[in-house]
Amino acid sequence: MKCGIVVFPGSNCDHDVYHVLKRVLEQEAMFLWHQDTSLRECDLVVLPGGFSYGDYLRAGSMAAHSPIMAAVRRHAEAGGRVLGICNGFQMLLEAGLLPGAMRRNRNLRFLSVDVHLRVERNDLVYSCGYRRGEVLRMPIAHAEGNYVDTDAALDELERAGQVVFRYVDADGSVAPAANLNGSKRSIAGVCNARGNVLGLMPHPERCAEDVLGNGDGLALLAGAVRGPLPGRGGDEWRALVEGERPAPARRFDATPDRGGRAGRLAAAVAGSKS
Amino acid sequence: MARNENGYLVRVLVYPRAEVLDPQGRAIEDALGRIGFDGVERVRAGKSFEVSLKAASRAEASEAIDRMCRQLLANPIVEDCSVEWLSE
Repeated sequence: MKCGIVVFPGSNCDHDVYHVLKRVLEQEAMFLWHQDTSLRECDLVVLPGGFSYGDYLRAGSMAAHSPIMAAVRRHAEAGGRVLGICNGFQMLLEAGLLPGAMRRNRNLRFLSVDVHLRVERNDLVYSCGYRRGEVLRMPIAHAEGNYVDTDAALDELERAGQVVFRYVDADGSVAPAANLNGSKRSIAGVCNARGNVLGLMPHPERCAEDVLGNGDGLALLAGAVRGPLPGRGGDEWRALVEGERPAPARRFDATPDRGGRAGRLAAAVAGSKS
Repeated sequence: MARNENGYLVRVLVYPRAEVLDPQGRAIEDALGRIGFDGVERVRAGKSFEVSLKAASRAEASEAIDRMCRQLLANPIVEDCSVEWLSE
């Protein structure tokens, strides 16, 4: 799949996403500049994490009005895949492509820590590699991840099943102590009504290889580019990503490890180009 | 900011909505209490923008400012916008 990663002044997770898409999942990946007006026929558009425009005004607000966003909006409205990670999620909110808004974290601090997430639905391309209710571990790194909307809007969001990931404890239970940034209803990631646009605060691209000791994020990016695999339903995806958790690697190896959980999935995706 | 001869000068004030927790205002409020300002009941932290713009009429300027507030200066989910006219 042709994947475009939009680079804004201040993006700093763009190369991480590129690495996973290009080298781990072996997709055609390219950088798109925020002042471009074309997505160059990319099928998947990723708005990466970082501090676009120095978080001026509100995080993501300046980027949401940059020239490329008109094309991103058209792509999203046509059903194209748009994934916003961290600052990219904030942009999608500011652009109105996803509902809600972000406030400063509850403790007013920048949080850089691993959290647990519960998969609330697995019928999206992005989440079809997980089991419903599965608990994932992913890093967060943000100061404005405190998701908020009106109670009526949140009720509607829940009713429509647009909450995709929630902050939970290691056992998968919603708990105030596991909701570090103070998000309403522990919301970590939401999609639009159609399910083609996903935004989340945690960073799947930072935990997408067994060599890093955590491959939990790979299935999300693999789903974004391939999911579900042709002729394969959710069960076969799950078979690919289930299995033993990889042991933390002892040394860095530039060659993607195909032996572990994330590695098997990467090999399956890379080997089934459309 | 000098008054624009053919234009208008306005100040836009953006504050967190009353029902939205304002952690920044709360932190400042606590700090004021700690340094002895016992009478402080509430602090709200907001932003202020001075905008000079050209427009055919005040009504047109007002309409443009309203749109600026909705589209960029404030996020209506969490913030309220108010406008002070600094020129006629």
